[in-house]
Amino acid sequence: MSTLTTAAPKPRTRKARKAKELGSSIPLTAFLWLLAAVYAFPMLWFLLSSFKPGSELFQYPLSFFPEDPTVAGFEKAWDRFDFMLYFSNTLAVALTTTVLTVMASAMTGYALAKYREQRWVRIFFICILATTMLPTEVILSPTFLVIRDLGMYDSFAGLVVPSILTATGVFMFRQFFLSVPDDIVEAARIDGARETGIFFRIMLPMSRPIIMTLAIFSFQWRWNDYVWPLIVVGDERKFTLQIALRSIVGAENIDWPLLLAASVMSILPLVLIFIVFQKYVMNEDINAGLKD
Amino acid sequence: MTATAIDTERPAGPRQRPGKGRRPKYRLAPLGLAGLSIVLFAVFFVWPGSLGLIYSFTDYTGIGTYDFIGLANYEKLFGDPTFYQALTRSLLFAAFSVPLMYVMSLTVASLLVSNHAKGKSAAKVVFFFPWLISPIVAGVIWRWMFGESFGFVNYVVSTLGGDPLAWQTDPDLALMVVVMAATWGGTAFNMLIFIAALKNVPRAYYEAAEIDGANAWQRFRHITLPSIAPTSFLVVLLSSLGAMKEFAMVQALNGGGPGTSNVFLIQYIYETGFKRADIGYASAVSMILLVILLTIALLQMWVNRRRAS
Repeated sequence: MSTLTTAAPKPRTRKARKAKELGSSIPLTAFLWLLAAVYAFPMLWFLLSSFKPGSELFQYPLSFFPEDPTVAGFEKAWDRFDFMLYFSNTLAVALTTTVLTVMASAMTGYALAKYREQRWVRIFFICILATTMLPTEVILSPTFLVIRDLGMYDSFAGLVVPSILTATGVFMFRQFFLSVPDDIVEAARIDGARETGIFFRIMLPMSRPIIMTLAIFSFQWRWNDYVWPLIVVGDERKFTLQIALRSIVGAENIDWPLLLAASVMSILPLVLIFIVFQKYVMNEDINAGLKD
Repeated sequence: MTATAIDTERPAGPRQRPGKGRRPKYRLAPLGLAGLSIVLFAVFFVWPGSLGLIYSFTDYTGIGTYDFIGLANYEKLFGDPTFYQALTRSLLFAAFSVPLMYVMSLTVASLLVSNHAKGKSAAKVVFFFPWLISPIVAGVIWRWMFGESFGFVNYVVSTLGGDPLAWQTDPDLALMVVVMAATWGGTAFNMLIFIAALKNVPRAYYEAAEIDGANAWQRFRHITLPSIAPTSFLVVLLSSLGAMKEFAMVQALNGGGPGTSNVFLIQYIYETGFKRADIGYASAVSMILLVILLTIALLQMWVNRRRAS
């Protein structure tokens, strides 16, 4: 910076520069926080409304803070809506799929990164990328028929197995393993390590940050997923949270206190994960170029 | 390659093979590692994809036998006003939400990497938060905000002396709510992508431009935008594909309403395939949507390549 200050066309006093910095700092900060308020408001309004009793929800004038805070909606969601059942269904599906997604993505990503000299490996990589063009949403009915013919309809396996493979997960690991020098693999081979040993003992431990990031991503995808459970599950006892919430919204008369409370509770696990693993979730370097 | 090596494990050490290169070929290891994914790819992408293509030429209803009816489904499709409505509504939604998402994500990202704004890490958490919210819950949140007779927005409007707006019963206003909700939910991820790109623009460019007397807008226009062009391409591509696939959030927000006026393509496919059990027809719509997605991707790649050269 020192060379720049001497090269600057108009040398200013320190006071003037500070004033100028403050001049651009105040409007930018104000703008940033105005936008942040706009983004935060729907969430806050939703959160505070969930603590209002049913009568207050529709009472004009509206008040921002609940005048008579209550957890009645939450109790109702817990008792009458079977929240725990849907919650544990979703948790089981999300955890199982996440473990399998991380394993499958790591192995596939490694194969795609380190055996590129084989043609089928390169072709399979293009196939994986092509799956982003052919998402489940597009081929809903044929996918449903495949699930049915495999006997996976209304089963736990039907919720888990089809969502294991994601292009994003494979891509994340492939990019990571590409950045690992081939010399490490060669050295391990010369030392007599087996191919699977190289992967499980050397490569997999190295990819810990990717494992963490993909695990969080995958958990979020599965927790919030709507399309797969929608076509796979018909039995109400096997509903995931998103499907169950949708059934409240789809009702003729929406039970708003119940809906708001159940929705707030449904996002708690992800908020918890976000608080604990923030550095993995908001790490731009890993996230760049990835989306489900 | 020895015939005994049937598992993924390879004999140790480099092996010399006559006629081949110095480096041994590891054929089974990648197959073993990627095997599960190959099976899943075949079963859950190739199989339903091919079925979809085949069924689009049949009158299949999901049970019993079916007959090949040639292009009848496609002919019916192109004469069906409800299909055109779903298609134009989806395209309209993409046309509004993609630019808005782009501008908002880039604005937020630029502010978050700016040296002058204060409280950036706290603000980043605020902007990122909607990423945690499922499309269904996001739909609930915005439905609650824009309720016609009880929503916060109409309350503010009427308090300011205006007439309450028909956010639920006017098709175009309902679409605008969907656009806002989608932008709100999609900003977080695109913002992260942009932050990574903005941080990679060399500082020296800006310093040089500042010495030359370029103002903030000129620096943004002539340094930032060209430098992050590949990222912009990625964000626009992913957002437009995502917009054409919008489904879950609308389900909770207004169910494609009022009536069927905001039914997007995926919902249309879902309703014809599952509620009317017209799998042949729904598959034909799927194939059309697939062509649209491919066209969007190829078109944007073409534009991107032309600009780069």
